[in-house]
Amino acid sequence: MASVRACGRGAGRTRGARVVEGVEQPPPIRFELRAGAVTAIPLAVAVGLFGVSFGVLSATSGGMGALPAVVMSVTTFAGSAQFAAASILAAGGQPIAAIAAALLLNARYIPIGISVARFLTGGAARRFAKAQLVIDESWAIAAGGDGHFEQGRLLGAGIVLWLAWVGGTIIGVIGGEALGDPAALGLDAAFPALFLALLVSQLQSRPAVGAALLGAAIAIALTPFTPPGVPIIAAAGAALIGLARR
Amino acid sequence: MTQIWVVVAIIGVGTMAIKAAGPVLLGGRPLPSRLTGVVALLAPALLAALVATTALGDGQEIVADARLIGLGAAVIALLLRAPVLVVVLAAAVAAALTRLIGLA
Repeated sequence: MASVRACGRGAGRTRGARVVEGVEQPPPIRFELRAGAVTAIPLAVAVGLFGVSFGVLSATSGGMGALPAVVMSVTTFAGSAQFAAASILAAGGQPIAAIAAALLLNARYIPIGISVARFLTGGAARRFAKAQLVIDESWAIAAGGDGHFEQGRLLGAGIVLWLAWVGGTIIGVIGGEALGDPAALGLDAAFPALFLALLVSQLQSRPAVGAALLGAAIAIALTPFTPPGVPIIAAAGAALIGLARR
Repeated sequence: MTQIWVVVAIIGVGTMAIKAAGPVLLGGRPLPSRLTGVVALLAPALLAALVATTALGDGQEIVADARLIGLGAAVIALLLRAPVLVVVLAAAVAAALTRLIGLA
């Protein structure tokens, strides 16, 4: 919808969906960039507030600290993995457990990256840079149905969402350092609530529900016997039920 | 402190490599379908484990405390289709109030 609007607006002034020798050309990438950015604005508000929570929790829960949290938002740009690492470190888990949990959570970006691969133009370095702007939200905005993805919309949305995520994190760490005792403020209860909200969006199939229940059971069963963080890594084994399907 | 930076660096570089794997290395070739099935279930399995351990875990102990009240508030907020920030705030406020009145 937004792309149609953006093209129409551009066509009147310069050259949006221009017609050359009777053949309609695709609109220049800047129109798609702007369409993606505009579509992403409502999501950017949510992502920015999500970044604020990451900043607050990282700065106050004792696991990470302010500057590493901001650097992580700039370089990693993947909310659930960042929260996972922060919560494992806050619980006294080993660094290797935090790393493993974050990278396993981000493994979903391999198939997502494959789905957009043939729509990203340029040499290896450009495609590497563009791939960094792929997150769940920008991917959804760029999806045109039929497995087609609009590169400009992906990049426009990705840039807006990245700015919101990093900006939110900076606001969060500054605000978080001004807050008092995290437990008295109930911030330790914010982590499970947040993971639950992220989980709900992932429960779109019966195997997903099964993997979630099994993962939670594995984690609880192992908690008394292993260092913090290990039960979460072990819970990844629940994903192996995916092998049973066809 | 150095450890934290090592974690930040490895997760950052690792995530960049994961995101770029499809567009740069695989060039759109699909993964084997069995592998795709497993990868798709990693996020729900890990997120559910994180819900369980952050709600009930305290080091190596399982404890029921104010965080469970917070989680209950989060469930209600989610059922009301509240945005994520409201869900998180509801949990924090419920847990803080539970502690304030000395229930848990």
